[in-house]
Amino acid sequence: MDHKDIAINGDSAIALAWKQIDPDVCAAYPITPQTIIVERFSDYVADGEVNTEFVCTESEHSALTVCIAAASSGARTVTATASVGLGYMWEMLGIASGLRVPITMAVTNRALSAPINIHCDHGDAMASRDTGWLMIFAENVQEAYDNSIIALRIAEHKDVQLPMMTCLDGFILTHAIERMTPIDTNVVKSFVGEYEPVHPLLDWKNPVTHGVMDGHDYYYEHKYQMAEAMNAALKVTEDVLDEFAKITGRKYSLVEEYRCGDAEYVAVCLGSTFGTMKVAVDSLREEGKKVGVMMPRLFRPLPSEKIAKAVSGKKGVAVLDKFMSPGSYGPLFEDVATSALSLDKIPKMYGYVYGLGGRDAKVSDLRTVFTDMIDKKAKKVNYLGVKL
Amino acid sequence: MTVTPGGRVTEPGSAMKFETGDWRSFRPVLDREMCIDCMTCWIYCPDDSIIVKDGSKMGGFRMTHCKGCGICAKMCPKKAITMVQE
Repeated sequence: MDHKDIAINGDSAIALAWKQIDPDVCAAYPITPQTIIVERFSDYVADGEVNTEFVCTESEHSALTVCIAAASSGARTVTATASVGLGYMWEMLGIASGLRVPITMAVTNRALSAPINIHCDHGDAMASRDTGWLMIFAENVQEAYDNSIIALRIAEHKDVQLPMMTCLDGFILTHAIERMTPIDTNVVKSFVGEYEPVHPLLDWKNPVTHGVMDGHDYYYEHKYQMAEAMNAALKVTEDVLDEFAKITGRKYSLVEEYRCGDAEYVAVCLGSTFGTMKVAVDSLREEGKKVGVMMPRLFRPLPSEKIAKAVSGKKGVAVLDKFMSPGSYGPLFEDVATSALSLDKIPKMYGYVYGLGGRDAKVSDLRTVFTDMIDKKAKKVNYLGVKL
Repeated sequence: MTVTPGGRVTEPGSAMKFETGDWRSFRPVLDREMCIDCMTCWIYCPDDSIIVKDGSKMGGFRMTHCKGCGICAKMCPKKAITMVQE
């Protein structure tokens, strides 16, 4: 077993994971900050280090279309995109999930235009959150790498059969070099196993038709099946994470909690902010403030019961959205608030919009989320760090 | 009832089971006196709604699948088929 740590950026770490997985097909179109993933991976293809069929398409719409066709035929398929690239895929997102093909797609979270901006926020992922894709978020490069391997097992599970986005913060994780412990290639290969597709088009002995007209007779039932598959994915993900812990020693949970147990005030966030938040929590704990932070690693399906349990009994809950839904509330804020409806006593909740278009959210900024709640200055909706 | 994930069809020829006749607002009516059994209607029917009798004769319409499109009536060289409102 080779457990030597390496220094690597998030994009290259994902390309490395794909190299170890050796998928059948990768169809992609470059877009910042995802480009390094497919550049590195195309090197592996050109150097003969993988057996993957690499398809250079003329757009993201075509890239996902090729992926859907490949996955329908029974190929293990990966791709990557970001921002308006994901936006351009949008039509095909629902087709991938509706046809129940388990594509794995890295989404390097970047702001949507306009005004044009290449930096990190969760606008791309959040605008796609209702398309029937599983979604998992990474706090750091290690998790971006690990999620790329974990995702296959969840997406391809027979009770799930849905495509999955592995989200990581653009530039903050894609381009920053961090220390990471890769998994031995043979261990990765045995963990992901041979892909056994359900009803593949290239199974000559059992001919099937995909993508037929559905109409009012069965469309609703097929959508209901997707809801059931999402429910099943909660248990499947827990099982896969347990198995992953056994081979790596890295134990992940559906909802990661940091010093939340005895906390009176907690924050909920996604992605790399979870790491910065831990530092903010530590500094406030040193001052005697009982605060904590949590991250729903799995965002779709939403681990609603676990979120409700984690926020139960708290004096205040701040939910941070790196995204703005103009005219309504942040999606994570809505999800956490809806989850809390199952509680007898619903804690006070505050929505925080932050970090749009790569606006830096430093430890000192994030501390104010807690101090605002403690000092009763927090409003229902807050715009952290906006210049007024 | 088996509903496969994603609506994958695992059985060949299953369109026979999907009865589309209830889409129809006009139905074809055959005048047997004028029909010469040329089977032009059978060639043009976009579904499988012309019944073939004795291997080569016009045997009427399969109403479980006829959507009432009227192509048979339009193409009939003897104008032996007329469309009547349901």
